[in-house]
Amino acid sequence: MKSEQPTQPIALETAHLSRAVVGKVLTDDINVQVQVGEVVAVVGPSGSGKSSFLRLLNRLDEPTGGSVRLNGEDYRRLAPQELRRRVSMVMQTAYLFPGTVAENVAYGPRQRGQRLLAEQTDALLHRVGLSGYQERNANNLSGGEAQRVSIARTLANAPEILLLDEPTSALDEDSARGVEDLVLDIIRERRMTCVIVTHNNAQARRIAHRTMIIQDGKLVAIGPTDEVLRDD
Amino acid sequence: MIELLASSDRNVAVGMAQAAAAIALCLGVVVLCRRFAVHVERETAVSLARGLVQMVAVGVILALLLHGSLLIGALILLAMTFAAAVTASRRAPEIKNPLILSFYAIAAGSSVVIAVLLATRTVTTEIVVLVPVGSMIIANAMNACAQAMERFRADIAAHVGLIETGLALGADPAATVAPYVQSAVYASLLPRLDMLKSLGFVWIPGVMAGMLVSGASPVYAGIFQFIVVAMILAASGIAGLVATVIMRARAFSSAAQLTLRAGEPDKRRLV
Repeated sequence: MKSEQPTQPIALETAHLSRAVVGKVLTDDINVQVQVGEVVAVVGPSGSGKSSFLRLLNRLDEPTGGSVRLNGEDYRRLAPQELRRRVSMVMQTAYLFPGTVAENVAYGPRQRGQRLLAEQTDALLHRVGLSGYQERNANNLSGGEAQRVSIARTLANAPEILLLDEPTSALDEDSARGVEDLVLDIIRERRMTCVIVTHNNAQARRIAHRTMIIQDGKLVAIGPTDEVLRDD
Repeated sequence: MIELLASSDRNVAVGMAQAAAAIALCLGVVVLCRRFAVHVERETAVSLARGLVQMVAVGVILALLLHGSLLIGALILLAMTFAAAVTASRRAPEIKNPLILSFYAIAAGSSVVIAVLLATRTVTTEIVVLVPVGSMIIANAMNACAQAMERFRADIAAHVGLIETGLALGADPAATVAPYVQSAVYASLLPRLDMLKSLGFVWIPGVMAGMLVSGASPVYAGIFQFIVVAMILAASGIAGLVATVIMRARAFSSAAQLTLRAGEPDKRRLV
């Protein structure tokens, strides 16, 4: 495994991060540092523990060993709600809440008692290519549209770090490419720190500065994407 | 007591003959079901036997304790509440200590209502009045508790993705399951609301029928029955609400992680 000297401040750092459930090890002693503005892809076979690792990064699941530090601070010191606002996740399936698209986009700020202005909602929807969708019923959208709403909803939280759990795997090829382009544009223009789980190595090459390979819950390789995925 | 038992001998004999007729009718229904490949023979036989033995036992206990103190009546109701909690707790095997949860919910609903019934002198402290009315309240609180737990568990199982999406966006656990709390409490109340609506039109409950048979004023019997059914609704509401709120608290860890995964008992428990 190649060790590299960080050139940017460390946004996210795991140390011996592990999780086991009923004797089964899902994540096994993973040490990784993600720099500010860096995009790291997590690849590996199905069931290797990629999503399990990602869920530990915003504490959707509880580590049974090791730690995660956000900007140098142990994330257990933060209220889970605050942590998840700062480290927001887009899930594989876009689960939208009953109501309009605008209500979905405003969900995160509303949880903190904040109101998302109509102009802010418009701007977010415009950014994800859904101008004019504000009053649409969220349950009547295509898979690609729903995932775009999901991305806009996550961005409304103004996260420092974006976690993406196979955001295009549930979509048809055209929608998947459109959502991938959108994600790529957003993380580049906002210089977002991002960890993306993908089973698609080509997607990792298009998006990620570095790639980590997980097998059986263990980190088996990490480095510049072209080097790590050289043999594919 | 001897006089009481002696006078009831004839009634017991008549009652057993009538019970035999009722059992025969049930067995006829079982045979009919069997023709449609619905096999409930064993379950029905066990239920009939248990029901008869339990009710005769209750009758004997009531006869023996007819003139017992309020304390004895309270102990009987407490034992009934515990038995009801054991039954209701089977609906939530994924939850930690479901027996205690069910006991709290049923005890909260039934104790408040029975206290009000006693305070307003709707029922007296005589065991022969307190225990039968109390048992109706407890049984309905048990059903409401079980229905609320079952509905909440099923809704959580069906909406794990939506709930975790809410959590991932920084929502409080309570906010992510608010719609399911509402539907669980409503589901637990619905049968009792229907019961209240149909009172007098569709059915004349047993308590009223018993009062009429024993010569009470029909109007007072009707009012008394309304009070009992209204109190059943109140007890059910409290039991359903308490059960759901406790279950909600136990569905999440202290770090706002969804730990209740219905159908996957213990799978998410940390080692």
